[in-house]
Amino acid sequence: MSAHKIFPGVAIVCAFVALGFAPALGNDYTTSLLITLLLYGVLATAWGLFCGPTGYISLATVAFVGVGAYTVAVLGEQLPWPLVLLVAAGLGALLSFLVGLVTLRLSGTYFVIFTFGLTELLRQLVNWYESTISGSVGRFVFVDASSSSFIYGQLLVLLALVLGLGWWLSRSRLGFALRLIGEDEQAARHCGIDTTRAKLIAFTGTSVFMALAGAIVAPRWTYIDPAIAFNTIVSFQVLIMALLGGLSRFWGPLLGVVPLVLLFETLIRHFPNHFSIVLGVVFLLIVYALPRGVLGWVLERRRLPESTR
Amino acid sequence: MTLFLDALLTGLTLGGMYALVALGLNLQYGVARILNLSYGEMLIAAAVLAYVLFGLQGLSPLVTLVLVLPLAALVGCAMYSLMLTPLVRRAPNRNALEADSLLGTFGLLFIVQGVMLVLVGGGYLSYSFLAEPVDVLGTTLAANRLLALGMAVVLGLAVWLLLTRTRVGTAIRAVSVDPVSAQLAAIDVTRLAMIAFALGTVLAMIAGVLLSMSMTFSATMGMVFTMKALIVIIMGGIGNMAGAVVAALMLGLVESFVATFIDPALTLAASYALFLLVLLLKPAGLFGKASR
Repeated sequence: MSAHKIFPGVAIVCAFVALGFAPALGNDYTTSLLITLLLYGVLATAWGLFCGPTGYISLATVAFVGVGAYTVAVLGEQLPWPLVLLVAAGLGALLSFLVGLVTLRLSGTYFVIFTFGLTELLRQLVNWYESTISGSVGRFVFVDASSSSFIYGQLLVLLALVLGLGWWLSRSRLGFALRLIGEDEQAARHCGIDTTRAKLIAFTGTSVFMALAGAIVAPRWTYIDPAIAFNTIVSFQVLIMALLGGLSRFWGPLLGVVPLVLLFETLIRHFPNHFSIVLGVVFLLIVYALPRGVLGWVLERRRLPESTR
Repeated sequence: MTLFLDALLTGLTLGGMYALVALGLNLQYGVARILNLSYGEMLIAAAVLAYVLFGLQGLSPLVTLVLVLPLAALVGCAMYSLMLTPLVRRAPNRNALEADSLLGTFGLLFIVQGVMLVLVGGGYLSYSFLAEPVDVLGTTLAANRLLALGMAVVLGLAVWLLLTRTRVGTAIRAVSVDPVSAQLAAIDVTRLAMIAFALGTVLAMIAGVLLSMSMTFSATMGMVFTMKALIVIIMGGIGNMAGAVVAALMLGLVESFVATFIDPALTLAASYALFLLVLLLKPAGLFGKASR
């Protein structure tokens, strides 16, 4: 390995180690901000790993987050924590596998609409179940894994894992297949790629990270109800962060996470009533001014070939 | 038996309204091939306008209905020519246009919704206009619902006549069959797409004013209507007006029967479930043949 390949690796490891100590240096507020950053970092990266190369826009992010959170709310007190996480990952995988199995042959717009509808359907069903069968709409989350430094640590590991997956995808046959699907699905099929299988693996794999992220942060909320756990705005936020960052590299979405998390945090604190308006304006700015994200903009400036990803 | 008849009638009136709601989106999507996700927001904006004017000035919603016509046409034209034309020009292929226009109309959705939230807040809104009960076949319906239903029939007929009996209508149908070949017959596709957007917005806003008379609504409900309109047009087949009416009636009936016989809390879930099923089993619509 040449020096210029080792250097970024060392820098990334150092960055992660430094991030590991970050909560100790700040106060409660900075830790909570860092947790939000990591949460959206995981979600946006995972979203980008599937949606970036294939071009399928998913609005189901929060469906998987919600499944993870509800797993914790229901099983958190009965099972040891690692087992709860395992169940959350399993349920996320199962749901995404089923969804993928039936929807990935839908194209473009229909996929977007379906994933949005799915989240709404899940929210309505959970809402109905909670209010008519279990008796109250909300649930309290009491688990041992609720200290913020523990949540932070878990999310940091999860981010490292999802970035690792992205790095692996960027140089594996599966990742290549996904990019080819994004370019031209028909051609990919003619090349002998089992497109459904490739999409299914990637969709399920990335959704597991979303479910895990939901499970890990659930204890922070202490109280969840369907409107919190399946809040569709989160799906839109993740989407817009990933787009702002740019999807042409697996780490691109992270570039959008930092500014937008800070923006949304400020908005919620100071202008809660104007949140939607600003969200809409950010959407329009990205579509019209930065269609390939920050990353795409920088790469164009530097005239690097986009196709190497 | 009366319960059944009740559910049937409620379902049919509800279906009539859904047909009205879907009419405009069907025109926009069928002709411009751009899915306008802020469609429901236009509808709610008109409902909010009727609510505010009624509350502040005591202005009859029927007057608002007339006021809204030029406004809606203007909004539709502006939206297509200012917002969507740049995207159409820029797009290298259909997929790129699809993604861009979805994201752009999402942006518009949030802005319109945000403005309404600032103006009237997030709570449920309703006002009482023409709420007297009317006897229909031994059961009662509110007069405003009957009015909405009547308007749905009239507007449906008007759109049908426009599409089948006029030059513009014929051109619109030609574009919705094949946008590329239509150009060969000297049809200005961009201009027609703009007309379709204007017409669609007019229909959305009319539907909004009518709905505001008989239904409780809130500033954040736009997406629900967009989704219902989508359910109807995808079930009926994109651009297929007759199919949309049948699909709308089906949706209305499913909702009212689920509410009457299973659980009212499950109506929205039932409509989404129906939608997801149709997307999976018949993505080209119940009567459609060619898939996109």
